[in-house]
Amino acid sequence: MDAILETLGLAQSAELLAFSPPGWGGNLLRGLANSMKIASGAFGMGLLIGLFGAYGKLYGGVVVRDLLAIYTTVIRAVPELVLILILYYVGTDLLNKASLAMGYGRVEISGVVAGIWVLGIVQGAYATEVLRGAIQAVPAGQIEAARAFGMPPLTLMRRVTIPAMMSFAVPGLANLWLIATKDTALLAIVGFSELTLETRQAASSTRAYFTFFLAAGALYLIVTLLSGVVFGRVEKWARRGQPSLREGGR
Amino acid sequence: MTLTRNLIATTLFTAFASGSVMAQDVRIGIASEPYPPFASPDASGNWVGWEVEIIDAVCTAANLDCVLTPVAWDGIIPSLTGQQIDAIMASMSITEERQKTIDFSNPYYNTPAVIVADKSAEIDATPQSLAGKIIGIQGSTIHQAYADTYFGDAAEIRVYQTQDEANQDLVSGRIDATQADSIAMADFVASDAGSCCEIKGNVANNEAILGQGVGAGVRKGDDALRDQINAGIAEILENGVYDEITARYFNTSIMAE
Amino acid sequence: MIHWRDLMQPHRIVLMLLFAALVLWCAISLRWDWIPQYAPLALEGLWRTVWILVVTTVLGFMLAIPLGLAQAVGPWYLSIPARTFCTVIRGTPLLLQIWLLYYGLGSLFPQIPWIRSSELWPYLRQAWPYAVLALTLSYAGYEGEVMRGAFASVNKGQLEAASAFGMPRLTRFRRIWLPQAIRNVLPTLGGETILQLKATPLVATITVVEIYAVSSRVRSDTFIVYEPLLLLAIFYMSIAGLITLAFRQIEKRVPR
Repeated sequence: MDAILETLGLAQSAELLAFSPPGWGGNLLRGLANSMKIASGAFGMGLLIGLFGAYGKLYGGVVVRDLLAIYTTVIRAVPELVLILILYYVGTDLLNKASLAMGYGRVEISGVVAGIWVLGIVQGAYATEVLRGAIQAVPAGQIEAARAFGMPPLTLMRRVTIPAMMSFAVPGLANLWLIATKDTALLAIVGFSELTLETRQAASSTRAYFTFFLAAGALYLIVTLLSGVVFGRVEKWARRGQPSLREGGR
Repeated sequence: MTLTRNLIATTLFTAFASGSVMAQDVRIGIASEPYPPFASPDASGNWVGWEVEIIDAVCTAANLDCVLTPVAWDGIIPSLTGQQIDAIMASMSITEERQKTIDFSNPYYNTPAVIVADKSAEIDATPQSLAGKIIGIQGSTIHQAYADTYFGDAAEIRVYQTQDEANQDLVSGRIDATQADSIAMADFVASDAGSCCEIKGNVANNEAILGQGVGAGVRKGDDALRDQINAGIAEILENGVYDEITARYFNTSIMAE
Repeated sequence: MIHWRDLMQPHRIVLMLLFAALVLWCAISLRWDWIPQYAPLALEGLWRTVWILVVTTVLGFMLAIPLGLAQAVGPWYLSIPARTFCTVIRGTPLLLQIWLLYYGLGSLFPQIPWIRSSELWPYLRQAWPYAVLALTLSYAGYEGEVMRGAFASVNKGQLEAASAFGMPRLTRFRRIWLPQAIRNVLPTLGGETILQLKATPLVATITVVEIYAVSSRVRSDTFIVYEPLLLLAIFYMSIAGLITLAFRQIEKRVPR
C-alpha cells in the first residue's frame, strides 16, 4: 500500500489525511458528521415547514396564502449566504431577547442547532413548492371520496394525501436533500464547524490546499452518490404498485 | 386553538432543549481561522497556542468556567453584541473605533505591525516603496484601517477573510506584500511555507488606528465580566504564569507598557 | 402579470399598508447614515455582481450546449467525461470549487517559477478570472444536465425530416435542434439564472469586491449588522425580479 502511494507521489497527502493525529483525516470526518447532522436536521425541518406551507398555500385563507407567497419568494430570491447571516443574527437575537424577557437568562445555541434553524427555514421555502406541486398532483377524486366518508382532516392527510403524493414528491425532495448537504458548506463562512470549515483550517495549517480541498470534494461526492442510490430506492418504494415509468405509464 | 398552542410550546421547547443549555459558562470567542502562534487548531481538533494558554490561565485565575467558542473573525463583534459569545479574546486590538461599540479589558499584549514581502522585493514599510504594489490584508482588522489610510492611494489593497489566505497569496505571488502583526508574521516567515518572504520593517506607528495593545472585548456595560478578566490578567502577570507561558513561545516579552 | 383588481382586495390593501408602515419605521429608526460614504463602493460592487452574472451565464450556457449534446447523443468517449464533469460539479459545493480553483491552483504557483514572467501572470494575480472560471464551470455543470434533457426531448421526427432533406448536420443543429431545445427549457433557464445570481456572493471569499463584499465591508467598518444586510436582500430581490421579467418577455416572444 505504502509503495503504491510512494510511486504515485501521494505519500505526503496520505500522511496528511491519516485518521489519527498528526493526520487531519479525523478532523475532516468529524466535520463531515457535523455537516450531515446539520443537513438532516435542516431537511427534516424544511419538510415540516414545507408540509404546513403547502397546506397553507392550497387550503389556507387569502392572508395565509399571501404571506406564504411572500415567504417563498423572498427565500428563493435572496442568496443563501445573506439569508444565513440575517437569520443567524436576527434569530439568535430574538431568542435571547425572548428568553431574557421570560426571565430564563441567556440561551446558548450550539452551532449545529443554529445551522439547522437557518438552513431549515431556507429549505422550508423550497419544500413548500415541491410538496404543493406533489399534493396538487394527487387525483382530486381520492380526497373527495375520503371527505365523503367523513374522514377527519388529519387522518385524511395521514392516510390518503401523504402516501399518494410521495411518488410525485420524491424526485424534488431528493434534489432538496442535495441542496441541503451543499448549503452546509456556506456555514463555514459564518464559522460553524462543519466539513468545509475543517478543510479550510486543515489546509491553512498545513498549506496543503490542493490535498484537502480535493479530499473534501471527494467526501461530498461520496455523500451525493450514496444519496442518489438511497433516494433511488425510496422512489422505487414510493412508486410501488404504479406502472413503471419506462413503459410510459403514470 | 389547542393545536396552535401545542405547536408554539413544542417549538419553543425544542429550541431550548435541543443542544441549548441554560448558560452559566463564559463563552470566549476566538477566531475560527488558524492564527499561529496565538491560536490554531491541531489535528485532533483542539485549539493550541499562546493566546489559548493565556485564556486558560486568566480564566483559572478569575474563577470563570470558560468555553472556547470559535466564530468567524468578520462576525466576531456582532456575535458579541448579539450575545452569542460573552467575551472576545482573539488578538483584538483596543481601538477608539471599536470602543464605540464594545468595552475592552486591560491589554494583555502589544506588538507592532509589520510589512512582509518576498525576499527579493525592494519594499520597506513606507508608503512610497509600496506605490503601485498589491497589498493583501485581513478584513475587519486594524491593519485594514491603517493600510486604507496610509497606502490606499498608492497601492491596490485586497481584503481577505483570514490572514492565512493573505499569506498564501503572498507565497503564490498574487500579492506583493501584506501587513499584519509582527509575531504572527515572524512565525510565518520562520515556517517552511513562508521561506520565500521576510519582514521588511515596522510601519510608522499611529496609536489611534493601530490601537493600544490587545485586550479582551466585552459587551458595553458588562463591567462585571470585564473586572473579572482584568483581575485574572493582573494575577497571572503577578504570579509569573504569564511569563512562563510567554517563555515557552517567544524569547522576549510581548506585554503592553 | 399583476392586475390592479388583484391588488385592490381588502386583505391585500391591509398587507400593503402594513408593509408601507414597516418601510417607514425602518427608514426612520434604523441607521442609514453610512450610505453616502459607501454609495460609490456599493455601485461598483453592484456593477461587478451584474457583469459577473451576465458573463458567467452566457459563457456557462455556451459550454453547456456541447456538454448536453455529448450526453444526449454523443459516443461513449464524449458522453462519459461530460457525465462525470456534470456529476462532480453538481455533487460538490460551489464554495469548495471556488476555493479549490483559487487557493488550490495558487498553491502550485511557487513550484512553477517561470510563470511569473509569462504573459498570463497579470491575470493569474487577479481574483476575478478565477471567480468567472468557477462560476462558469458551475453553471455549465448544472445546465449541461438540463440541456441533456432538452436535446433528448426534441421531437425526433423533425430531425429526421431535416436529414431527409439533405440538410447538413450543423445547419440542422443550428436551425432546428438547438432552438427547439432552448424553447423547451426556457422556464428552467430562468430559474437557473436566478440560482446563479444567488451563487455570486460566494466569490467575495476570494477578494472579488461585489455587492455582498461591500456589505461585509460596511459591517466590519461600522459594526452595523442589520441595515446593510436588509439593503443587500432588497438589491438581490430587485435583480431577481428583473431577471424573471426579462425571461417572461423572452418567453412571450418565442412562439410555442
